[in-house]
Amino acid sequence: MQNKCAIELKNIRKTFGPVVANDEINLQINRGEILCLLGENGSGKTTLMNMLSGIYQPDGGEIYKDDQQIAIKSPKDAYDYGIGMIHQHYHLVDVFTAAQNIILGLENEKMDINAVNDKVKAICDKYGFNVDPKKKIYDMSVSQKQTIEIVKVLYRGAEILILDEPTAVLTPQETDKLFAVLRNMKKDNKAIILITHKLAEVLDVSDKVAILRKGRYIGTVNTKEATAQSLTDMMVGHSVKLNIDRPVYPNPQDKLQISGLTVVDNDGVRKLDNVTFTAKTGEILGVAGIAGSGQKELLEAITGLYPIKEGSIKFIRDDGAQEELVGKTPMQIRQVGVGMGFVPEDRLGMGLVGSMGMTSNMMLRSWKSGKSIFFNKKNPEELANKVWKDLEVVTPSTEFPVRRMSGGNIQKVLVGREIASNPPVLLTAYAVRGLDINTSYAIYNLLTEQKMNGSAVMYVGEELDVLLELCDRIVVLCGGQVSGIVDARTTTKEEIGLLMTSVGGKEATNE
Amino acid sequence: MSDVKKTPLIRLAKRDAMDPKYAMLIRIGSILLALIIGSIPIILTGVNPFKAYGVIIKGSLSNSIYLKQTIKIAIPLLVCSLAIGPCFKMKFWNIGAEGQLTFGAICSAFVAINLGGKIPSLLCILLMAIAGALGGGLWGFLPGLFKAKFNTNETLFTLMMNYIAIGLGAWLQGGPWEGRKGTQIVPMFDKSTYLPEVFGVQCGWIVALLLVVFMHIYMNYTKHGYEVAVIGDSENTARYAGMNVGWIMMRTMILSGAICGIAGFLVLAGANHTFTKTIANGVGFTAITVSWLSQLNAFVMIAITALLAVISKGSSTLNKQLQVPTAVSEIVSGVLLFCMLSSEFFINYKIIFRSKADKEVKA
Repeated sequence: MQNKCAIELKNIRKTFGPVVANDEINLQINRGEILCLLGENGSGKTTLMNMLSGIYQPDGGEIYKDDQQIAIKSPKDAYDYGIGMIHQHYHLVDVFTAAQNIILGLENEKMDINAVNDKVKAICDKYGFNVDPKKKIYDMSVSQKQTIEIVKVLYRGAEILILDEPTAVLTPQETDKLFAVLRNMKKDNKAIILITHKLAEVLDVSDKVAILRKGRYIGTVNTKEATAQSLTDMMVGHSVKLNIDRPVYPNPQDKLQISGLTVVDNDGVRKLDNVTFTAKTGEILGVAGIAGSGQKELLEAITGLYPIKEGSIKFIRDDGAQEELVGKTPMQIRQVGVGMGFVPEDRLGMGLVGSMGMTSNMMLRSWKSGKSIFFNKKNPEELANKVWKDLEVVTPSTEFPVRRMSGGNIQKVLVGREIASNPPVLLTAYAVRGLDINTSYAIYNLLTEQKMNGSAVMYVGEELDVLLELCDRIVVLCGGQVSGIVDARTTTKEEIGLLMTSVGGKEATNE
Repeated sequence: MSDVKKTPLIRLAKRDAMDPKYAMLIRIGSILLALIIGSIPIILTGVNPFKAYGVIIKGSLSNSIYLKQTIKIAIPLLVCSLAIGPCFKMKFWNIGAEGQLTFGAICSAFVAINLGGKIPSLLCILLMAIAGALGGGLWGFLPGLFKAKFNTNETLFTLMMNYIAIGLGAWLQGGPWEGRKGTQIVPMFDKSTYLPEVFGVQCGWIVALLLVVFMHIYMNYTKHGYEVAVIGDSENTARYAGMNVGWIMMRTMILSGAICGIAGFLVLAGANHTFTKTIANGVGFTAITVSWLSQLNAFVMIAITALLAVISKGSSTLNKQLQVPTAVSEIVSGVLLFCMLSSEFFINYKIIFRSKADKEVKA
């Protein structure tokens, strides 16, 4: 071992008020190695990495770099020690070029843009990036922006790179490219820490896996000796069944007919372009696509929250009568008796009222009922107690503000309310984003239950593995257009990946 | 880098939740601290601060004349604070209570000047109240409308509306409504427009207390109150729940403006019995602080209004008896508000000093 260890953490502890985010964390990060940091949400991965990148300071414990104790007081210190973090949300100035963004904040850098361009080119050639330093950020795809963030860190001479869920916004093809680059960096003796939820990726790219659970360090294993099942068991602390039941509903009927749907945002950009498909009862219809391909607009248009330019959305009643939903407000849609559950992407910003408790949140669906000027709190109270018990929500009371619950519990409150009335149509956007494995599977089961009750369920998702296992059919969106509708039982990840980036066989413009 | 850097000397951390008793102690402590700081300018004017505070208390509460005057000051302040409550709950920053009060008073005065003495007293007072509410409501509705339709900035809009109302009042006072030419004074209204007294104080205090109960129920038990609370947390959630956000904003602003307008009517018919352009006298702005300090709780507003009214009345007695300039008591109430507002910071955050253990690491 010729000083292979780049960073060593000893007994790191961090608390936020009464919450212990990290305790007794011991971790070794070696040069020339890719380490995956694995753990459920809330297990303290991001907190730990934020301490390495100088955003937080630990309350206890020691950090060593090359066997010397260091204290990382600010992000600038982290750079000085050669530690660079690529966050989930990019920090780039849209109207600047790639090169300008890369040197942004470097005080001692000479503003010789040609020299910068050359240096950027050299870095790109070395690791196999594909970057045009003169390109403006607003012309770039998500994956290109991510590349800029990585180059930015390398430009500052980072030897230790931390990537926080870098693949969440990438297509399978882009993920492969990223991993190729990471492997090149590994060869160059860099130390790489990768935070991800996706077990398949962990097994594919990493050398070692460190596992955290509830803020504590569980252990490090060699990836060669690990399986998806063994990693999950370590992460959760007990054995978890890793497959989803997909029963077949006997008699599916058309429920929601969408044809020629086109919406335009405030800037005149077509967010949905001539979208046509049908959702059936007893079916989970998946919606796949790169983030921002029109998923959000599609669901909001159906629920009456997004202005529609052209097209029609027909709800088909049990007796075959059709109800046109275009042109109706959410309240009018409810008033004509069209039951629609909607679990939006932005849980606290759209689906729930963060400052209120479960009871008042249950009331969001029923507040208007009755003629009285006073609201009725009895029914929401009963529903809150039912959801609390049935879905095992962890909260001290039904009046406890939902904002202060954990992400998984927040989602249970939201999903619980939306399925409470057994709506004939249930729309969900990223229903398991940020949830731990147990809660995710609980949500999948609830959706499947709704499907078998005869609901038409739409599931907008990001993990292709889950879409393939959970859904019956999958609509793939690309740049606001439907690039394909496939049978989830027979299609492959590669096929969907291709459809995500191209419409009708033609390469899409954003990659 | 070989030397180990230390953690910062002082850090702030958000508290999870504080024991209400402890929080109350901090609030009381902040008032005591304010009284201590406030005694510095009093000492500088050569007066014993204990004596000065004693005069403030005595001079506002000790006999029925003082007490009545204190209540008179408190009435419009309490009513305006109540009016602002729902706007702030909705995160609609209505700082236009001053203008809504003034325009309400203008409309009320219009009725008093033109109908006073010509119709039965009770009818006239009722019409004045309605006119006040309509006027204030209109002044609140306009910013609500523009915010709902064009997403204009309500803070600037309501602020500007203040100046329009006060300017309008100045014109009326010096022009059409001026009594003897050149005096710039509106003649006193007919006696039939005066609000009746209950227990020797204008009956506005009953109106104010009724409004406290009304506002408490409105905000906590009605569908309207629920809508306002949801919009305040997230407009998107409100739209998701099928609420008509624009209309609710306008409706709430009409209500808020109307209550401010009633405050204007109460000052006009209960106290001043004439119109001046300074009828609001900063009440609309002080009400913002009261509303905020009471965390929009209608009952707490009574306590804070009372406190401010005591200082205000007491300081004018202080001025008369000990010749302490009123500016000094304005400093005292400023310090008091500052300390009470900042106590909320210490209730929500705690300060962590660098511990000994960290220092040892350094060594």
